[in-house]
Amino acid sequence: MSYIIKGNTGDWEVVIGLEVHAQVISNSKLFSGADTTFGAEPNSQVSFVDAGFPGMLPVINAKCVEQAVRTGLGLKAKINNRSVFARKNYFYADLPQGYQISQYELPIVGEGTLILDMPDGSTRAVGIERLHLEQDAGKSMHDQHPNKSLIDLNRSGVALMEIVSKPDMRTPEEAGAYLRKLRAILRYLGSCDGNMEEGSMRCDVNVSVRHPGEEFRTRCEIKNVNSVRFVMQAIEHEAARHVEVYESGGDIRQETRLFDPSRGETRSMRSKEQAHDYRYFPDPDLLPLEFDDAYVEAIRATLPELPDEKKERFISEYGITAYDATVLVMDQENSAFFETVAKGRDGKTAVAWVTTNLFGSLNKRGLSVSDSPVSATQLGQLIDLVADNTLSTRLAKDVFEIMMDEGKDPSVIVEERGMKQVTDTSAIEAACDQVIAANAEKADEVRNGKEKLVAWFVGQVMKATQGKANPAMLQEILKKKLLG
Amino acid sequence: MLDKQTVRNIAFLARIDVKEDDLEPLANQLSGIIGWVEQLGEVNTDGVAPMTSVTNQVLRWRADELTDGGRADQVVLNAPDKLDGCFAVPKMVE
Amino acid sequence: MTTLTDLTLAQARDGLRNKDFTARELTESYIAAMDKHRDLNAYITETPELALAQAAESDARLAKGDAGAMEGLPIGMKDLFCTEGVLTTAGSHILDGFKPPYESTVSARLKQAGAVLLGKTNLDEFAMGSSNETSYYGASKNPWKATGDDRDLVPGGSSGGSAAAVAARIAIAATGTDTGGSIRQPAAYCGITGIKPTYGRCSRWGIIAYASSLDQAGPMTRDVRDAAIMLGAMSGYDPKDSTSANLPVPDFEAALTGNIKGLRIGLPKEYRPEGLSPEIAALWDRGAQWLKDAGAEVVEISLPHTKYALATYYVIAPAECSSNLARYDGVRFGLRVEGSSLDEMYMKTRAAGFGTEVQRRIMMGTYVLSAGYYDAYYLKAQKVRALIAQDFRQAFEQVDVILAPTAPTPAFGMGENMADPITMYLNDVFTVPTSLAGLPGLSVPAGLSATGLPLGLQLIGKPFDEETVLRVGGVIEDAAGFTAKPTLA
Ligand SMILES: [Mg+2]
Ligand SMILES: [Zn+2]
Repeated sequence: MSYIIKGNTGDWEVVIGLEVHAQVISNSKLFSGADTTFGAEPNSQVSFVDAGFPGMLPVINAKCVEQAVRTGLGLKAKINNRSVFARKNYFYADLPQGYQISQYELPIVGEGTLILDMPDGSTRAVGIERLHLEQDAGKSMHDQHPNKSLIDLNRSGVALMEIVSKPDMRTPEEAGAYLRKLRAILRYLGSCDGNMEEGSMRCDVNVSVRHPGEEFRTRCEIKNVNSVRFVMQAIEHEAARHVEVYESGGDIRQETRLFDPSRGETRSMRSKEQAHDYRYFPDPDLLPLEFDDAYVEAIRATLPELPDEKKERFISEYGITAYDATVLVMDQENSAFFETVAKGRDGKTAVAWVTTNLFGSLNKRGLSVSDSPVSATQLGQLIDLVADNTLSTRLAKDVFEIMMDEGKDPSVIVEERGMKQVTDTSAIEAACDQVIAANAEKADEVRNGKEKLVAWFVGQVMKATQGKANPAMLQEILKKKLLG
Repeated sequence: MLDKQTVRNIAFLARIDVKEDDLEPLANQLSGIIGWVEQLGEVNTDGVAPMTSVTNQVLRWRADELTDGGRADQVVLNAPDKLDGCFAVPKMVE
Repeated sequence: MTTLTDLTLAQARDGLRNKDFTARELTESYIAAMDKHRDLNAYITETPELALAQAAESDARLAKGDAGAMEGLPIGMKDLFCTEGVLTTAGSHILDGFKPPYESTVSARLKQAGAVLLGKTNLDEFAMGSSNETSYYGASKNPWKATGDDRDLVPGGSSGGSAAAVAARIAIAATGTDTGGSIRQPAAYCGITGIKPTYGRCSRWGIIAYASSLDQAGPMTRDVRDAAIMLGAMSGYDPKDSTSANLPVPDFEAALTGNIKGLRIGLPKEYRPEGLSPEIAALWDRGAQWLKDAGAEVVEISLPHTKYALATYYVIAPAECSSNLARYDGVRFGLRVEGSSLDEMYMKTRAAGFGTEVQRRIMMGTYVLSAGYYDAYYLKAQKVRALIAQDFRQAFEQVDVILAPTAPTPAFGMGENMADPITMYLNDVFTVPTSLAGLPGLSVPAGLSATGLPLGLQLIGKPFDEETVLRVGGVIEDAAGFTAKPTLA
């Protein structure tokens, strides 16, 4: 899965690093007791701390610390028992204190690893550089007034985890896989809802290109890209731009850029270019953040089974493919649904029903697993009806569609509509005899060697029995009758 | 020491409008203070950990409870310009 | 009968409880005195109506016998403490019209203890200064004058308005804050008592920040007993301040036993630099002798990094202030000067809103934190600060308390030191090291200069050992018998 841009000066590879800002799930803000719920009236969820009023001081929220440690553990990362909050100083209308409380030299979480699951079933490890805690800024609105911008500070002070990857990705697909996997892990852990559209997970993309084997070249940072698809598009465009600049003898300047989804391209943000100098220094209003190993271990003990472990288990326990396992474990509800279906049944059959039939049908209806009209228990019952020969696979598919429409148990549907398959030999034989008698010429053709026509007879008998004949028995009886 | 351009940059970082004529005298004054401060170079600080907090205490954590907010009127009460419950500033353009 | 405004805080407290007079009478005396001495410019905002209302409530509580520690006592509040609904300026133009919707923890505690608020006292802008001359509201004057000289003198700074008010008997006591000497130096210049407690003893919540790792609130009073009483009412753990110490508040007044037998008193040799005024040196020697006479043992100690304290301070304090003052941007409160863009609005607002010295410190601080200079200045200063703190730790292995002068000179004339910032900074040479180390420091009036101006001696203690500092301070006070008063017109 290499992604190489062919140029006049040779092949170019793309180097990608991602910085993800993930809003921490907590009741109150990182340093104040104001609510974090999205969508409230302007400035109604603001303490004087969040608004940077004179004399106000930050006090840290224990839950946010726990969420950061939990996430660090989920990323198999080094947890730093001592970290330091620093001020990142810059002026902006949505930054009331004139600085963001963040972590600089000593973050709460150090190096870790995230495993990418590629569509071909292969995996790739991407390094995590660090995870640190920091405050979110407020929100600026620009279209309410011809010459004013309006500031709402409800989001100001909400805890963010900034998760920085190493520049380990080489294709837009890997970047996409990274974001999907990170989102899955955050959701499993319950530390972030991972909603990119609402902005609770935001991504800055660092892109550079190089000839394979070269040192890294200058990178550009594309700020705040708000969907996985846009991240991939932005990388493609930005990499192509770099190649074009280099190949026409130009140079790439380190800068911050913006992705414009309507045009599918990135452009320079000159407004952010002036005098970048954040003057980080340890926040004198806070002491170093410290905890012991016991604290970390107590959190570790509460971690759920994470996607990677679940994937391994699904493969070994249910005998399904890596691809199917990946599809399932990316979402906790999907995997739980699958497990309920697969428990005590054939794993391969279960995965086919869940990923092909159920997901396909849900997709068509625009529903997610949590809104599925067919419960996992019901789907299991349906599989059981096939296993005990009550239903043929074909009948089962019809029953399934009715279940999706009506939400009833499969046994009820089978009973109500008399959909039980016919396994009575004499009944099938009678149906066969009838069809053969009515089509004597075609029967002769079969006997004279045109064996392909057996399938046509199967179809005719099926039709005559309203699809209820057991397909295997039908095959056998027909062959015997036609071919002796 | 500090020249005019440096002072101009610092003034912008600090968002203080300094008149062109004041840059030079300010550069001289700040240079004087910086020159005086440079006596710290005489102190051997090899292996000394910087002092980041005065107290020997550990940071205390608060419980994740809602104890604040719900007073938008007070938050914008002192604002020099406000609109629809928001703070108003000169239009920012990207 | 003595004038009510001449009573110390302790005397007035006792008088109120004995029903010798009412809180209303006491408060009215102070309001009348404030009227009379408004020329001192000690207050930025006077709150006589609020004071009378509070006095009435105090009288009711006194009548019921449930008086608080500061019940009915009319005080001044440095205008750096946010007071709910009362204009709070920090002595700056940039906080124009700012009425906080909240009350600082310290002022709330004082209110809770029954104190009556006379008004908000003048200060150097954002507490940056040693003379009170950087206040946007004009300098406060020292009520003292040199013998035979009618020139106006500075009250010291930054808590100059508080010091002047207490000395001029237009407040029974006042709050101050001390970042590099801003309680102790004005206390010495105005002939009153002031204590900067250990960093973390008083909550910083609701106090407008200058340099967060240094700022501490403390009382400014007529004598040591008053300081002990008021400190008790101001102190205590505050969960809203992450740097507040979770320690019980001792009964500071009970520590004033007068018994210092066997205590070891350190005299740092580095505090006697060449060129120290002989008058100050003599006062210091006299102080040491008083303590010896009271049964203490006096030993010479060394604080080797003293020389570098001022330079360290003038890196750290501006660095922190440059960040702390970024919130004054014309968006949420205070002054705004309109501009065509956000940056232009910021720049015009901050240029118009901050005075020269504040701008100078913000620029200094911005410079020392900026890329390429952080290690050379800020980080270096934090390391030297660690050495200064270590000097004190080692000294306190040998001694219980340190005795030193508070300031190198008596109060100087208004305008005299304004030209050169470094000369002005030198006023804090004896107070800054204590601040850097976060230790308690007390200034007690101990004598008069040849020109008839008050001089202070300073006692520096171990962390959270304000009790010993106050006890020894009480002994100095008794021995000095300082009874001089400013001659007020
Ligand atoms: Mg970033
Ligand atoms: Zn960030």
